[in-house]
Amino acid sequence: MTTSRSVDVLVVGAGPAGLAAAARLAAAGAGRVEVLEREQQAGGVPRHCAHGGFGTWTRPLTGPRYARLLTEAAERAGAVLRTGTTVLDWAGTGPDPAGGPACPGPAGPGARPVLTAVGPGGPETIEARAVVLATGARERPRTARLVPGTRPDGVYTTGELQQAVHLFGQDIGARAVVVGAEDVSYAAAATVRAAGAEVVALVTEHPRAQTGRARARSVRLCHGVPLLTDSTVAELLGRGRLSGVRVRHRDGRTAVLSCDTVVFTGDFVPDHELARRGGLTLDPGTRGPAVDGALHTSRPGVFAAGNVLHAVERAGTAAGEGAGAAGAVLDFLAGTRWPAPGLPLAVEAPLRWIAPNRITPAVPPARYVLRTSTPLTRPVLRIHQNGRLLHSERPSLGTVLPNRPLTLTARWTGGVDPEGGGVRVSLA
Amino acid sequence: MTVTVTAAGPLPPRTYDVVIVGAGVVGCALARELARHPRLSVALVEAQDDVGQGISKANTAILHTGFDAAPGTLEARLVREGYDRLGAYAAESGIPVERVGALLVAWDEEQLAALPRLTGKAERNGYHETRLLNPGELYAREPHLGPGALGALHVPGESIICPWTTTLAYATQAVRAGVHLHLNTQVTQVSWETDGHRLLTSRGPLLARRLVNAAGLHADIVDRLLGHEDFTVTPRRGQLLVYDKLARPLVRHILLPVPTALGKGVLVAPTVYGNVLLGPTAEDLDDKRATGSTADGLAGLRDKGRRILPALLDEEVTAVYAGLRAATGQEDYRIAAHPEHGYVTVGGIRSTGLTASMAIAAHVTGLLAGTGLDLGPGREPEPVTMPNLGEAFPRPYQRPELMAADPEYGTLVCHCERVSRGEIRDALATTIPPRTLEGLRRRTRARAGRCQGFYCGAAVRELFERGRA
Ligand SMILES: Cc1cc2nc3c(=O)[nH]c(=O)nc-3n(C[C@H](O)[C@H](O)[C@H](O)COP(=O)(O)OP(=O)(O)OC[C@H]3O[C@@H](n4cnc5c(N)ncnc54)[C@H](O)[C@@H]3O)c2cc1C
Repeated sequence: MTTSRSVDVLVVGAGPAGLAAAARLAAAGAGRVEVLEREQQAGGVPRHCAHGGFGTWTRPLTGPRYARLLTEAAERAGAVLRTGTTVLDWAGTGPDPAGGPACPGPAGPGARPVLTAVGPGGPETIEARAVVLATGARERPRTARLVPGTRPDGVYTTGELQQAVHLFGQDIGARAVVVGAEDVSYAAAATVRAAGAEVVALVTEHPRAQTGRARARSVRLCHGVPLLTDSTVAELLGRGRLSGVRVRHRDGRTAVLSCDTVVFTGDFVPDHELARRGGLTLDPGTRGPAVDGALHTSRPGVFAAGNVLHAVERAGTAAGEGAGAAGAVLDFLAGTRWPAPGLPLAVEAPLRWIAPNRITPAVPPARYVLRTSTPLTRPVLRIHQNGRLLHSERPSLGTVLPNRPLTLTARWTGGVDPEGGGVRVSLA
Repeated sequence: MTVTVTAAGPLPPRTYDVVIVGAGVVGCALARELARHPRLSVALVEAQDDVGQGISKANTAILHTGFDAAPGTLEARLVREGYDRLGAYAAESGIPVERVGALLVAWDEEQLAALPRLTGKAERNGYHETRLLNPGELYAREPHLGPGALGALHVPGESIICPWTTTLAYATQAVRAGVHLHLNTQVTQVSWETDGHRLLTSRGPLLARRLVNAAGLHADIVDRLLGHEDFTVTPRRGQLLVYDKLARPLVRHILLPVPTALGKGVLVAPTVYGNVLLGPTAEDLDDKRATGSTADGLAGLRDKGRRILPALLDEEVTAVYAGLRAATGQEDYRIAAHPEHGYVTVGGIRSTGLTASMAIAAHVTGLLAGTGLDLGPGREPEPVTMPNLGEAFPRPYQRPELMAADPEYGTLVCHCERVSRGEIRDALATTIPPRTLEGLRRRTRARAGRCQGFYCGAAVRELFERGRA
């Protein structure tokens, strides 16, 4: 038997974004606020980030501690957390047989979203006045990165590695190569060492590490881990168990690093399955749902927050977005009309993406987050609409690296002509 | 009946009536066929640690009508027969099959001109349902096809199937009916002593009255152990890309190129698991273990795929694999009986062996009888019901009655593939349990999805290691 229920707000995903949204909504008296989480435990990715770097400057926390605090806060505020429950799809929708995007279902505009879910108690359908998608992001595995070679054991992403070591105490091999040299790569290297294994090297295609110089230097000097820059992992070797990786330098030279484990880090991609199945418009840059400053998606009643919008920002950013989305959900529940899709906000190379990425007259976001594909020294960002310069800003006095957060204020958003064309962000 | 599946230690000191070398889809089908004769004692020996680990695990998973086989060959006949047999068997044992049909798409005038000839060939192969489509009809059927196609030949019977479940179903049924399965058993020497074979294996000696060589890529090596030099198996590597399930709505049929002298070419096809396949390459190699992928191979596939289904290239790749087909330089199977040696070779089973498997098994059983083997009375084996891995049929998480009886089927562990804890538990308790995480993946799809373990890898490993302990 399929059970059917209805709630006021359904939050999908109990990571920082979903938990922060639920806490604020429940505290503000939004009615029944329910968070569905497919893992057995709430907290999202921080659950297995057994390292510091979460919380605030004044209150630094480890990931698991941060996850616990957010979970407790949501529960204390009165949100109902249901773990071990997977949201599967939108009821009455499905991929269009013609192969186009899924359509919003038979109910038509104004109808409430209905989601289907499954858990140990069996299937259920849940109708909600509003839905917040907070399904997070994952790292691209070796296959999606098209790294050729054999298919041995010992190939990880950071997410799997951290869970193996910190949640299950599994053996992960003796000698690991870490692919990437950004913050998450250094976290992976620390996990390898925590598991009693040796980090053979970090390998990055970029000319330098994309983390603070102090961190990169300390890992290299204190722990003796070499950093191979301008290099890619060109092939995995070994049968049964990994025996090594072939690395190729930009100049064409190759070498084999012998190892029994390789960790592919970074290269995050939003977990946008539900967004796509629901026919939500995606942003081509982020590959997450396109949202305006108040995190409305293209589908009435459906909001999105956290790393499903942009892979990957820090947990604090995701939580902040969750809280921000809660404000817009409250307005919507109070009767504020769903805004029109608004104007697209796009970036020009070497910028890769920006989020939020639609501009409506509704509230602007707290700020915009962006990514660059090449290092930028003292960048100046310029915002144009129809050739008209709306704003320019120097967001950083130092160098902004790929895979590192870059933010832009939102104070210019009010100056956008709602009748004008798309808005573009470029470098001066 | 006691079930005998071994993976270590010495082999039983008895003389089997028939020993089959190689537990690929062909060897397993034959074991199942022989199991229908309860008086025979049969052993299936396999060098690797699981059934279906060779060519059988990494193919394009198509149930062929045989419309384009070389007319008059043994292959043409066995593929046609096997298509019907396996189709019926799949329906009865829960092996997922989707009858999506194929389109041979013509991209230039020459290919367009070749289509009527293919219709003729299909007719000679006894297949009468092909139909020519003009561009309008083609694009109506496949709206996401790249621009510029001039027409197509529709082959409605071509279907997609799950190769792992097929192999496992045969093996399970065989073993339950009394066939002994010996894994991790590589045959290294064979000697013929008037009325039987004495095999030397990595696990010691083994005696057989009749020997069947179904060693796939290694069939020529086993053949030489017996002093036959009939053929050489050249591994022809096929690399494939598996695209995300979100790409599945982009394609409805198996999209085949019009065949050329160079082989069957690169196809785009749905899989029964709900993914989209792009491949395979065709590279003749000499290393029978070269199942790695290459940068060039993958880049070449993407170039071809871009033309066929441009939108596919924007989707995420879920898996990359490479299989080796057993090319022998001949347009036919190399199945031969050597009655004087009590021996049958089943070689050169190329890219159609999955489809033909049951027909090959029946044919080889006939050849064995022809060597003087008394099959004894026959009977139908106990039917098997395999766990469903196909998207077109309800998976456990979609079956309320299962979850009501056992909540473990509602507890999903592998999120991308929606595999429940109940299914993993069940797989570990089957007749032929998985011995590795890879084996578990082929039985349940756990860890086979888009995240490749980012979310579930450690949890699945935990269940596997705990379940086996
Ligand atoms: C290895 C690693 C190290 C990191 N280190 C740091 C750090 O030091 N400091 C920092 O600030 N940030 C760090 N981050 C980033 C931080 O973890 C993320 O910013 C944060 O977790 C994002 O929150 P989220 O809520 O958007 O997503 P997530 O935390 O990913 O949560 C999403 C949740 O949604 C659930 N879900 C998805 N789909 C469904 C569905 N259909 N049904 C039910 N549930 C579903 C998922 O199971 C998951 O629990 C790190 C990330 C990683 C991977």
